[in-house]
Amino acid sequence: MTPIVTPELVRQHGLSEEEFERIKTTLGREPNFTELGVFSVMWSEHCSYKNTRRELRKFPTTGPRVLVKAGEENAGVIDIGDGWAVAFKMESHNHPSAVEPFQGAATGVGGIIRDIFTMGARPVFLMNSLRFGPIEGDSETARKNRKLVRGVVAGIAHYGNCIGVPTIGGEVYFDESYNGNPLVNVLCLGILKRAEIARGAASGIGNAVFYVGSETGRDGLAGAAFASRDLTEESKADRPAVQVGDPFRGKLLLEACLELLTSGAVAGIQDMGAAGLTCSTCETASRGGTGVQIDLALVPKRETAMTPYEILLSESQERMLIIVRSGQEERVKEIFEKWDLPYSKIGVVTDDGQMRVLNDGSVEVEIPAKQLADEAPVYQRDVAVPRASDPILATKLPLHDPSDSLLQLLRHPSIASKNWIFRQYDHTVRAGTVVPPGSDAAVFYVREANKFLAATTDCNHLYCSLDPREGAKIAVAEAARNLTCAGATPLAVTDNLNFGNPYRPENFWQLREAVEGLAEACRRFETPVTGGNVSLYNESPLGTIDPTPTVGMVGIVEDERWITRQYFRDAGDAIFLIGAVGDEIGGSMYLKTIYGKKAGRPPRLDYDREFAVQKFVRELIRTGVVKSAHDCSEGGLGVALAEACISGQEKIGASIRLPASHERLDVLLFNESQSRIIISVAGDAAERLRQQPAGARFPVIELGSVGGPKLEIDTGETIFSWSLNQLHETWYSSIALALSQQDL
Amino acid sequence: MKIAVVRFPGSNCDQDCLRALTDGLGVRAEYVWHKETSVSGYDAVILPGGFSYGDYLRCGAIATFSPIMRSVVKAANDGLPVFGICNGFQILCETGLLRGALIRNRSLLFLCQPVTLKLENNRTPFTRLSTDGSLFRMPIAHGEGAFYADDQTLTELEEGGQVVFRYVDSEGQATVESNPNGSRNNIAGICNPAGNVLGIMPHPDRSWDARLGSDDGLQLFQSLADTLLSVAA
Repeated sequence: MTPIVTPELVRQHGLSEEEFERIKTTLGREPNFTELGVFSVMWSEHCSYKNTRRELRKFPTTGPRVLVKAGEENAGVIDIGDGWAVAFKMESHNHPSAVEPFQGAATGVGGIIRDIFTMGARPVFLMNSLRFGPIEGDSETARKNRKLVRGVVAGIAHYGNCIGVPTIGGEVYFDESYNGNPLVNVLCLGILKRAEIARGAASGIGNAVFYVGSETGRDGLAGAAFASRDLTEESKADRPAVQVGDPFRGKLLLEACLELLTSGAVAGIQDMGAAGLTCSTCETASRGGTGVQIDLALVPKRETAMTPYEILLSESQERMLIIVRSGQEERVKEIFEKWDLPYSKIGVVTDDGQMRVLNDGSVEVEIPAKQLADEAPVYQRDVAVPRASDPILATKLPLHDPSDSLLQLLRHPSIASKNWIFRQYDHTVRAGTVVPPGSDAAVFYVREANKFLAATTDCNHLYCSLDPREGAKIAVAEAARNLTCAGATPLAVTDNLNFGNPYRPENFWQLREAVEGLAEACRRFETPVTGGNVSLYNESPLGTIDPTPTVGMVGIVEDERWITRQYFRDAGDAIFLIGAVGDEIGGSMYLKTIYGKKAGRPPRLDYDREFAVQKFVRELIRTGVVKSAHDCSEGGLGVALAEACISGQEKIGASIRLPASHERLDVLLFNESQSRIIISVAGDAAERLRQQPAGARFPVIELGSVGGPKLEIDTGETIFSWSLNQLHETWYSSIALALSQQDL
Repeated sequence: MKIAVVRFPGSNCDQDCLRALTDGLGVRAEYVWHKETSVSGYDAVILPGGFSYGDYLRCGAIATFSPIMRSVVKAANDGLPVFGICNGFQILCETGLLRGALIRNRSLLFLCQPVTLKLENNRTPFTRLSTDGSLFRMPIAHGEGAFYADDQTLTELEEGGQVVFRYVDSEGQATVESNPNGSRNNIAGICNPAGNVLGIMPHPDRSWDARLGSDDGLQLFQSLADTLLSVAA
């Protein structure tokens, strides 16, 4: 029995009275139950960006290399030269991962991979940015967090490893603000010929509409709407809203679709992700300026007695919608039978602009596709500026032994080695991983295109919680710096905006600040935003997450010889700091780890200094003298030096002379001032660097030399010394130790 | 000379194997679809890594029933060189061409990391250009790679010289620490009694290009090509 549309039902679908009025105006009548469901998912935040669209328009989206702009298709595409292009995008699966970490994370990987091959690109690598609550200790919350970490990591491994796309890097942070609401942001990059970009438009009146891939079931019903609500204690009851992934089917679908795309039979292709069949039909029609008519009786199903509402709103995985050029339908049959995948001609492209769905011979849904897909209401939410955090006076804090502080920082899971995690990801399949996880940026050799690509994901949530605008700017600067350290030139950005409920003015203020910060920095760095994802309502009964505008940045290394890693290599090499010693301690990991304070004014970004430092290092790398380059980020100079000693295959020590320029040694060692890179160079190059006239924008400071069994820092008044084994053991085993606890 | 790289649904190292042969070595290699029924015309067969048939039921179990495998088994028994890598090794054990089984890693976790291997049998078509005792650096990437055989089988494999590769430390010692997955006797790869069928868990298809950190794996493909050329000569 189809429910009658009542105000209560409208509310349950997350639609406001105004939105309901708008629906009635669009249709010229009352919607039926199925149509109500269709509108509710398409006009959810997840699909429509109704609360953020105005903000997202602030991003720079064009540039000489941009071939497909943000929002135009499933993923942005940029030109990398010689006829080759890359499609890349980052997307979140936060809510599903919170209630069902394994499947939530797995389907996040599957979804972003489909977005990439929908563009006609072969996926070549994955990265991910993960955030969890703290995993240390015996509290119930820590136990839950550990289960989430294990589940999410296993889920990502499950899907990525099986489908054969290497996970080559990313980041993992642990902080109380993510208790109950972990973040799972996954980036995928694919390679394609620039002349062969596939489009998601239903073009060609009379062309057949094919459904290919897995059968439709009741899983993931209205997941997009689920993702557009706060997480509550009752969210677990929403588990049916979490999809179930099948990476084997995903792999078959990937190969079959790429094969079909090269056959020339495809007029348009669209993945069935959020809002499934509904979204793919109305979006392709809207993009094509056409209509699409489908018949639900022809949709492959894996369950019986599914209602039109369920079929249209299902988010079953591994499905695609393909518009086939007339006369080419046999090709679909041939290829999908070869790959043993279901396929079915379910409809046709029409000229009337309607998304029309037939069920049992009668019209179940008839909605103007463009109004449904592209004309969701757009809102300007209220903002409220919160009270700024008081500046922190380091001199008022009791001094903690810096020698021990370094160990505590290295032990902190946000800084500690992520080997327990990335060893579970296949990061070597496709035989292209040149710099594996664990350096500033990963570098991948795309064999088919003979190109070396570098990629990184970055966001310091501590800075963003204290100053979202500055934090967002720094996320872009740090991403670019990481690429620079790898020897790459930054090209473009995908972003994943993770925030709380936008109806809370202070949350919306954070979002607006962060977007404006990102937009400004991307403009300055000339790295256009080519796409991404917005995830709102990231709150749980335990609170709202720190604002987390994650930046995924892709760069290119034009010459193989420029590829540079973060760790020291040869004894006798000289170590230089490119940039000032710095003194900004606000928002630092040091304050957080040693004093439990998330406070102060985070470091400021000086664009000109940042550009100058990066340009200097990039150019120096190109002269071939740089043995290693590592950016100073969380934990400052102290942590960066330790990492340069212990993060390579072979550990190697360093002797550092660091004149005490600050009254507090801890400020000297652990401040997080920006625009600093530690490099090591061979002897003769060191001589040239010493004679480098001090640049107006930044100093070049000789710190010492590589070699020996320990890291020694001589500040003139104190000599700190740590054995390599102690540093390595502390840093390397921390996460594995925390997660090896039995949590029954 | 023409080498077959079998593609099962779910194979994901097929492209890497083909490239290792064509780009790395410059020999002719072709994909052979699992629904084909014959490998005649090919001088050797590679069973690549991946998750054939989703590894449902048990790793490699369903691939055993694939149409192409009947022909591969027959050809192997007739002496055709057959090389199974990772999932390919699992398939060879499932078909009975190789003895033993690959079970869950000791840690119960998937493991992707570089390992060091020691060659102990250079009398196979895949190892003849290398010397016994030489060390190879290659990555592993598997969840079910712990080699298991009962005591008697193990003794027979050891005494028959069928242990081709062992996980070792940088000194060449087969220690507990150098055994990444809990394989019995640190076994990383074995061959059949005739030596023409080799299965290994680590990936030479990911270590044939120095840019990837190691090109030690190329030796295996070179040996194979050398064998085939000398047969043809």
